[in-house]
Amino acid sequence: MQKIIKILILFIFLFVIGIFYISLTRDTNYNTSSLINKETPEFKINSFDDKNYLTRDDIKKNNYTLINFWASWCAPCKIEHPILMKLSQTKNLMILGINFKDKELHAKTFLSELGNPYDLLAKDKNGKHSVKFGIYGIPESILINRELMIIQKFVGPLSVDDYNNIIKIIE
Amino acid sequence: MLSNLGNILLFLNVILSLSIIYTANKNLKISGGVYKNIFYLSLIQSTSIIVCFFVLIAAFIVSDFSLITVYQNSHSLKPLFYKIAGTWGNHEGSLLLWVIILSIFSFLFLVYNNNHPKKFRLLTLIIQNILILSFLFFILFNSNPFSKISPIPSEGLGLNPILQDPALAIHPPLLYVGFVGASIYFSAAIASLISNYSDKSFSLSIKNWVLISWCFQTLGILVGSIWAYYELGWGGFWFWDPVENASLLPWFAMTALFHSLIVFEKRNLFYFWVIILCLITFTLSVTGTFLVRSGILNSVHTFASDPTRGINILIFLSLMIFGSIFLLFQKYKKENYDLNRNSKETFILVNNWFMMFYLITVLLGTIYPIFTDALTDNKISVGPPFYNAIIFPVVVVFLLFMALGPKAKWIKNKFENIRIYFFILAGAIGLNLAIIFFFKSYSLLSNFIIISALFLIISSLMDIAKAHKKNKSDFARIISHTSFGFLVLFIGLNDNFSLEKDYNIKLGETKKFENYSIQLQNLDLKKYKNYQAVIGKLEIKNINSNQTNILNPEIRIYNKPKTLTYEAAIKTSLIKDYYLTMSNIDRSDYYNIKFQKKPLMAWIWISVIMIVVGGVLRLFSNAKNN
Amino acid sequence: MKFNLLLLLFIFFSKFSFAVEKTVDPNLIHKNLRCLVCQGQSISDSNSDFAQTIKLVVKDLIDEGKTEDEIYEFMSDKYGDWIVFKPQFNTQNSLLWILPYIALIFGGFFVFSFLKKRH
Repeated sequence: MQKIIKILILFIFLFVIGIFYISLTRDTNYNTSSLINKETPEFKINSFDDKNYLTRDDIKKNNYTLINFWASWCAPCKIEHPILMKLSQTKNLMILGINFKDKELHAKTFLSELGNPYDLLAKDKNGKHSVKFGIYGIPESILINRELMIIQKFVGPLSVDDYNNIIKIIE
Repeated sequence: MLSNLGNILLFLNVILSLSIIYTANKNLKISGGVYKNIFYLSLIQSTSIIVCFFVLIAAFIVSDFSLITVYQNSHSLKPLFYKIAGTWGNHEGSLLLWVIILSIFSFLFLVYNNNHPKKFRLLTLIIQNILILSFLFFILFNSNPFSKISPIPSEGLGLNPILQDPALAIHPPLLYVGFVGASIYFSAAIASLISNYSDKSFSLSIKNWVLISWCFQTLGILVGSIWAYYELGWGGFWFWDPVENASLLPWFAMTALFHSLIVFEKRNLFYFWVIILCLITFTLSVTGTFLVRSGILNSVHTFASDPTRGINILIFLSLMIFGSIFLLFQKYKKENYDLNRNSKETFILVNNWFMMFYLITVLLGTIYPIFTDALTDNKISVGPPFYNAIIFPVVVVFLLFMALGPKAKWIKNKFENIRIYFFILAGAIGLNLAIIFFFKSYSLLSNFIIISALFLIISSLMDIAKAHKKNKSDFARIISHTSFGFLVLFIGLNDNFSLEKDYNIKLGETKKFENYSIQLQNLDLKKYKNYQAVIGKLEIKNINSNQTNILNPEIRIYNKPKTLTYEAAIKTSLIKDYYLTMSNIDRSDYYNIKFQKKPLMAWIWISVIMIVVGGVLRLFSNAKNN
Repeated sequence: MKFNLLLLLFIFFSKFSFAVEKTVDPNLIHKNLRCLVCQGQSISDSNSDFAQTIKLVVKDLIDEGKTEDEIYEFMSDKYGDWIVFKPQFNTQNSLLWILPYIALIFGGFFVFSFLKKRH
């Protein structure tokens, strides 16, 4: 009996220290990768010109959709913009831009200066819709397939690696 | 120059430690007393490490940016006080402070325990010096505060402004004396196991050290809470944050330890349990340090983290744990106790039982997220709702035991006059009802907590009369226990009677709620030496009493490093605090204000101070009896 | 004496039953949600864009008649369990919730084993 307890105690400490050791090498930054492989949530967002609503039906038509959350006041959005422009030239991929907590005029200037990569453009005036997509800081982008499954999430500005990654997936 | 001097002193300390170990080891084999040399060596060791620390302080004062540590944590424009405090506000400097405490405690323990066996004293010294050596090596190879940088930068990076605070300047040293001080009874416990010094006189060698470290730990936690209250701007003082928990864990172990030491001293019982608690306390201190410094936990209080540091502390921690376990398994003998169900021994055991419960709960809550992340890749948060739900119901029972325990007699107790406890309970319930009737009702659990806190307070206070006649040394206990009752009571009332309102407000606008109105009257921009501030002028008006208070929360923009901080405006009185924070909302001309009325805040701090006063009184009475 | 005590208890509980009102307090919910873009702060303490948005959404959810737990569930569904300070009781977290009480009971047995056996 005493022996069993001794072994048990040793085992517990080994286990705890083992876990501590593993954790040391892990990335402690949080990401919402848990959302990957989930279905896109239902949504109904005002289009940018306020003329109609955008829903899931609008992105069903396409093989792949990239939902990009952006704003004119967000500096990293400017950095990723050229990548979006490049992506807009590929077939097979529709880009849905969601203008996040922005002033309409500023957003328009932003697009006219840097180009408009978006096939569809919507606006999320108070940011409430972004919560449905699990967005916590812009820019963020979500890649969705035909079955409306989320297959990739990109937190922060899209990089060249991300670009290559997306191209690989959609081809 | 300072860098070389510091490094030389560090090397000197390594040599001193080695020679102490060597001499003490030689001394062990020879009969007779402890060598005089060992005292001198120990004294030189403490002195030289203190000088070494002063060298680092000097480097901070003269802003010698050729040292990486100074460059990363200081700035030439910083006020002198914070330059000095910056010395221990960073990882490298604080480790040096660790070694100082390890060394001083090592020396004092040797000096003050000359009536204990020589073998035990020398072994304690050797083990303590092994700890010192490990930390010196850690400093030299991984966290050297005297590392140079080249080319020499012309200006430092500055210290995070929320750390530039008087409370935070004294918080770490207090806490370190607490949990690094625990090292000395860790060493003594190991020495006692090796030298088979297991009778009750062992308890006399460590009990004052346990009390000293406990007092400092309590004060350290208090100062940390006060800092969090007025600096972090959320109006609370305890968030069950991993870093806060790391300071609380050794506290539970220390509290359990000095209670069971009373039994050990009086009745020569629980030897192995006392040893285990000694070992656990310092192990938890090092575990806490590991969790905080390795960066595997996400917390409010950030330390610049570095995985290689983590691995070093982890190796040290594993050696400590497995070394102690191995030794304990070798020496452990089954002890049979035959305690009476109703006796002081049993009640103290009950104290330990609850302390272990708190300890396990807080430890589990702190490290569980690490486990889920490593094993299932799922990050979870364990926050206040968890601890409140698990711990508070148990506190109710705990307080009742805490009231009854001290009244029990040794060996065999009989509660005379049980009726009096029913009267006390009825009194407590009555007081609680009065609070509900005159002020406000609250949840069932709050009712129970407040009743049991009142029960503890009343029954402890009734002991004063008795203690006056018979047992004067009992005053220390009465003060600590009563204050603990008050602490729980005030926290309970504070929690239930707090008022919190959150508004977005424009200049000139007035908001009304309950019987208050609040108006943003003015905004002022001021320039200071190392920051700019937007200062709000808000008038809080109590409509019933027509009393007005002006509060001036600030938004500060520091230049070095560039950071935005929000300074709460707090109006403290004995009855309540008004607490107001203001922050700007991006891309809008509204300001977000959060107003809180927090009753009895000052009394929470006072209660904790009184708990420590009890501890200090006990120290004095111990000193007098010896 | 006994009657008085009963009366007291009665008053006590009747007063208590008044107190229980089923309203969802947004402040409490804000306190129990983590601000993902801040360092260890809750939504309630933060004024970041993210916190403001979450506050709006919480308000909407309360207006929709969602209970406190449903709101937490919604949030952890969107952002993962990391966002909720109160870990849910599920298989993964069962040890976290149960182990403290097991320790308490086990400790009780341990203390009891030291006591004098009745002959």
